Amino acid sequence: MFEQIAFYLFSILTIGLFLVTVFSNNILYAMTSLASGMVLIAGFFFLNGADFLGVVQLIVYVGAVMALYAFGMMFFNVTKTIKENNTSNVTVFVLGVSIALLMVLMFAAPISPEVIFVSAAPEPNATNPEAVGLVLFTKYLVPFEVAAVMLLIAMIGGIILAGKKMDQSLTKTDDENIIQKDIK
Amino acid sequence: MIGLNHYLIVAGLLFAIGLIGVIRRRNLLMLFFATEIMLNAANVAFAAISHYYNDLSGQMFAFFIVAIAASEVAIGLGLLILLYKKQGTLDLDDLATMKG
Amino acid sequence: MESLVYIALFAPLVSSLFAGLFAMSPRQTFVGVVSSLLLFVSFVSSVLLGYHIATTGANVHVTMMDWISVADLHIPFGFMADQVSVTMMVVVTLVSTVVHIYSIGYMDHDKSFNRFFSYLSAFVFSMLVLVMSDNFAGLFIGWEGVGVCSWLLIGFWYHKPDVSREENPSISPSWAANEAFIMNRIADLGMLVGLFIIFWNTGSLQYDVVFSQIPNLAPAVLTAAAAALFIGAMGKSAQFPLHTWLTDAMEGPTPVSALIHAATMVTAGVFLVIRANPIFSVTPEVSYFIAALGTFVAFFAASMALVNRDLKRIIAFSTLSQLGYMFAAAGLGAYWIALFHLAAHAFFKALLFLGAGNVMHAMHGELDIFKMGGLRKKMGWTYAYMGLASLALAGIPPLAGFFSKDAIIETAFNEGTLILWAMLVITAGMTAFYSFRQVFLTFLGDERYKEFGIHPHEMYGFVLIAMSPLAILAVIAGFFRDWFNSFIIHLLPNYEMSEHTHHLALILGAIVLVVAVSGIVLAYIKYAKGLQRSEKTENGFIYKLLANQYYIPKIYEALITKPYAEISKLMWTKVDIRIVDATVDGIAKTIYKSGDGSRKMQTGNLSNYLNWMAGGALVLLFITVASYVIG
Repeated sequence: MFEQIAFYLFSILTIGLFLVTVFSNNILYAMTSLASGMVLIAGFFFLNGADFLGVVQLIVYVGAVMALYAFGMMFFNVTKTIKENNTSNVTVFVLGVSIALLMVLMFAAPISPEVIFVSAAPEPNATNPEAVGLVLFTKYLVPFEVAAVMLLIAMIGGIILAGKKMDQSLTKTDDENIIQKDIK
Repeated sequence: MIGLNHYLIVAGLLFAIGLIGVIRRRNLLMLFFATEIMLNAANVAFAAISHYYNDLSGQMFAFFIVAIAASEVAIGLGLLILLYKKQGTLDLDDLATMKG
Repeated sequence: MESLVYIALFAPLVSSLFAGLFAMSPRQTFVGVVSSLLLFVSFVSSVLLGYHIATTGANVHVTMMDWISVADLHIPFGFMADQVSVTMMVVVTLVSTVVHIYSIGYMDHDKSFNRFFSYLSAFVFSMLVLVMSDNFAGLFIGWEGVGVCSWLLIGFWYHKPDVSREENPSISPSWAANEAFIMNRIADLGMLVGLFIIFWNTGSLQYDVVFSQIPNLAPAVLTAAAAALFIGAMGKSAQFPLHTWLTDAMEGPTPVSALIHAATMVTAGVFLVIRANPIFSVTPEVSYFIAALGTFVAFFAASMALVNRDLKRIIAFSTLSQLGYMFAAAGLGAYWIALFHLAAHAFFKALLFLGAGNVMHAMHGELDIFKMGGLRKKMGWTYAYMGLASLALAGIPPLAGFFSKDAIIETAFNEGTLILWAMLVITAGMTAFYSFRQVFLTFLGDERYKEFGIHPHEMYGFVLIAMSPLAILAVIAGFFRDWFNSFIIHLLPNYEMSEHTHHLALILGAIVLVVAVSGIVLAYIKYAKGLQRSEKTENGFIYKLLANQYYIPKIYEALITKPYAEISKLMWTKVDIRIVDATVDGIAKTIYKSGDGSRKMQTGNLSNYLNWMAGGALVLLFITVASYVIG
């Protein structure tokens, strides 16, 4: 009963929040609703007993990624509403709705369990973080290390890309920038 | 009773929302947001399958997706900043310089 | 001895390639000299081989390499020199050498001098491959090579424009070359079918293997093979009804005509019949047909020569007629006599043609004998040569033609085919008449050429000397008949006259001689004093019929060429343009249109691309769902 209430609540809220993200013209609204949606997604993970994943979701997504977006947005002019020629609603509707319909159709079909075999069963008496750790550091060790290297590279790349011409202001005009340089 | 199908349908709907965002929006930052939504939808599906089949592989994939999303944001935002500095806009219509 | 075979065979090829190196450069005399020398080397090798074979009686057989080896088909590049092929080799290389030397003089004003020698040597090489091959496949290769080279050479002056048939019966060199090539192609199909029949039934194309299996073959198969092979021979040797190309081939330079008629081309058909004599000797129906057709062609061609006014065409008709004699002999089983006549004919026919070439050279390309006359004063040597050759052709003893032709006529009598005999005798008289009509009109009588402002002059001295071996052989070749008989019967079946014929031999010879001499006398009375044309005769039906070659070229044109052209045009406008081209163009247009259409997708706008991607994803999803639902 509790699970059902939680599932439907989370479902309705995430869908609504993400719809706001997609359709909002204000970038701050969009980001805020996205962050909230992420938090609720973590709720799905908790519901599914993936405690560790839920925590990672909260820390990485809500904590790090959204913070990164927030900081990144400082570079852009976010106060004004975005003006864009959105793709015609007919196209969006046809494509989006039909894809959604097809996916729902696919996932609503009964699933036959015998085609699926278990490749990494959790330890019987372990808690979820323990079980995840055991699998992650045995079977998925190499991908894990590769992912670590990838994150490191991404970090360096992000610093270098964003860090170029940090001394130039984006909000001031070119003349002001030149004057600033001359003063230095 | 909430079954696997319920979760998958929700994941599918979230994915479709993300896709609608990708189709509809012309602002690169909004495209990034939409991409995040799609990644999260996939994660939900993975977690649910992992739970219902009692197999941790799904969660592992979800972890790696989170890692990839994090790197993508780091690099992507760096590129966006660079692009914004160069062009002064993030609108795809204004960035269309490769018309064939 | 093996090396001699290779030298004899490949010297002309080397000559051809050597001359080919200079094909694009302006005239250089040394090219002709080197080619002639190489041909002479080939001739000497052939003579040495002939001497070796005559003294030891052993064949020289070499296998250069394996050529085709697929499943049951094994064809080596094998060459052999036996009595028949060595006879052909000597004749071919001798005539070719003389023709090569002659061409140095004859072609000296032509800008394509070097190219001419390249073709000429290639022609000889092809003919040598034809005669020396030890299997039917090699023979066929040479056969086709001869066809290609003749095409190149007949059409040597391809730049001449087409004219109407009234102005020039062979229209243009390129037209004549195509005619020769296409006629030969038709006959070659028969030849190919013959080869297939042989291979199908014996599993080999080697002469010795094929001939050894003849007793095991059904008569029907042999008859079919012989008939098919003879169709090939008919094309190459220009027998009726495939004869029209031979006279039109006179469009080529005169040395080429000499080569085609004396050595390298038309004799190939006779050679094939002689070479495949084991097949023909067991198929009496085909052989009799060959004899009958040969006799008919001998008479038919001679009749057309009677009224023709073109110097070279008269000689061409006489070749046709003499080929008929050869086929008559071969068809009656006297293969060695056919081969002997072939060799003897080669000498005096080459001499005749080269003499005609001299006249043509002197007359600046004029060939109408009605416009000549009295050339004896200016061209004594040529007159002597051509008179000699004509005597030989007419069969006057003791010249070569008498011995060989007389033997053929005797054979016809011996076989009891009296109709053939009578026709051949009459033809002999006609032959004498037309050859001397031509000689007298050209060299005796009033000097009609003066009206046309032509100043004839004798040919270069070295050319006249080069022609002398042919003249000598035209005189003395006949005396070698008995020797040749003993030489050749190692390979070919002997042909002995019956006791009865033997008794009558003298009378028979006398009849032929009387007919021939009366032909000459008639020609002398009519033409030696000068040309008297009578309107009445020339407008007569028979005269017109003969002058127009029995209207056969016109009939061919009306019945075959024109309908074929019509069908081709129909196929072109209806089938090719409307269906084939339309299909191809349609495919191209579809691709262009689709490209043009899909180019609009390339907006350069990422958002549009993402839409397309989503559309693709939708399609894929749909396919997945649909396949799940259906399957």
